[in-house]
Amino acid sequence: MIDPLWGVIVVIGIGTFLWRGAFLVFGGRLRLPDLVRRGLNYVPPAVFAALVMPGLIRFAEDGTLDGPRLAAGAVAALVAWRTHGTLSTLAAGMVVLWTLRAVT
Amino acid sequence: MVAAVMPFGVTAGVAGLDAGLGLDLTMALSVIVFAGASQLAALQLIDAGAASTLVVATALLINLRMVMYSAHLAPYFRHLPVRWRAPMAYLLTDQAYALTVTRVMSDEPLPANHWFYLGAALPLWVFWQLSTGFGYWAGTALPPSWELGFIVPLIFLALLVPAVNSRPSLIAAVVGGGGAVLGQGLPAGLGLTLGALAGIAAGVIAEGVLRRD
Repeated sequence: MIDPLWGVIVVIGIGTFLWRGAFLVFGGRLRLPDLVRRGLNYVPPAVFAALVMPGLIRFAEDGTLDGPRLAAGAVAALVAWRTHGTLSTLAAGMVVLWTLRAVT
Repeated sequence: MVAAVMPFGVTAGVAGLDAGLGLDLTMALSVIVFAGASQLAALQLIDAGAASTLVVATALLINLRMVMYSAHLAPYFRHLPVRWRAPMAYLLTDQAYALTVTRVMSDEPLPANHWFYLGAALPLWVFWQLSTGFGYWAGTALPPSWELGFIVPLIFLALLVPAVNSRPSLIAAVVGGGGAVLGQGLPAGLGLTLGALAGIAAGVIAEGVLRRD
C-alpha cells in the first residue's frame, strides 16, 4: 500500500507551485486583499514562535518542566539575538542541552 | 547565501527521521515542496499525528508569501516563454528572491536576468537536497540520546529572532508562541496552527491600534 503521506506531500507541492507561479507563470492580475497583505507581515513571527515555544517548554509525563531544554533555548535565543547567526545559535543550544543532560 | 541554507536542509533531514518518515518520503518532501519552513512545520505536525488537511493548510499558509515574491518578479520575466517561467517558479525561495530582486529593480536594464536568477536558485536547490540527505543520514548515525531533533526548534529560533523587529511583530510572536504552548493539550497539532493564526491576528490588530495612537 502506498503511504498516504505521499498524497499530503504532493498536495503541498502543487499548492506551493500555484503560489510561486501565481504571477510568474499564471500571470495573475488580482491584487491580494489589503488585510491578507498586512497579515503576511506577521506570518514569520507568529508561525516561528508557535514552532519554537512548544519545543522549549516541554513537560515530562509526571508534569514536570524539562529544565535543560528551556535553559538551552534561552541561551540560544540570546546568541541568536546577539549574533544573528544560524550555526552559532544551533551550536549554543545543543552544547547547553548536552552539558545540562550530562550533569543532571 | 548558498552555504547558509545547509543548516536548514540538515534540519529538514533530521526532522524527517524524527517524524518517522523514510528516506524516500523525506527526500520527496524536499524535492517536491522545496520550501524549508513549511517542510519543517509539516513534519512537526505529521509527528504530532495531525490530520492531513491541517498539515496541508498550515504548510500553504507559511508559503503564501511566495505569491508576493511571484508578483514582484513577474514583470521582469514576462517576455520569457513558459518553459522558462515554470521552472523559475518551482525554484522560487526566500533566498533566490532576495538575491534577484535588487538586481532586476536596478535602474539600468540588465541583460540575462533569468540566467542570474538560475545561477542563484539552482545551487540553492542542489545544496538543499544534499543537506537534507545528509541530515537524515546523520540522524540515523547518531544515538537518540543526543536529542538531535532539538535543532528543529533551535533553527526556528534563529529565524524568529530577526523576524521580531517591531512592537506588533513582538506581540504576534508572544501570542503565537503562547497560544501554541497552551494548545499543546489539544488534539494533534491543532495548538500550533491555532496559536499561529491567533498570533497573526494579534499582529494585525496591534499594528492598527499602535498606528491610531
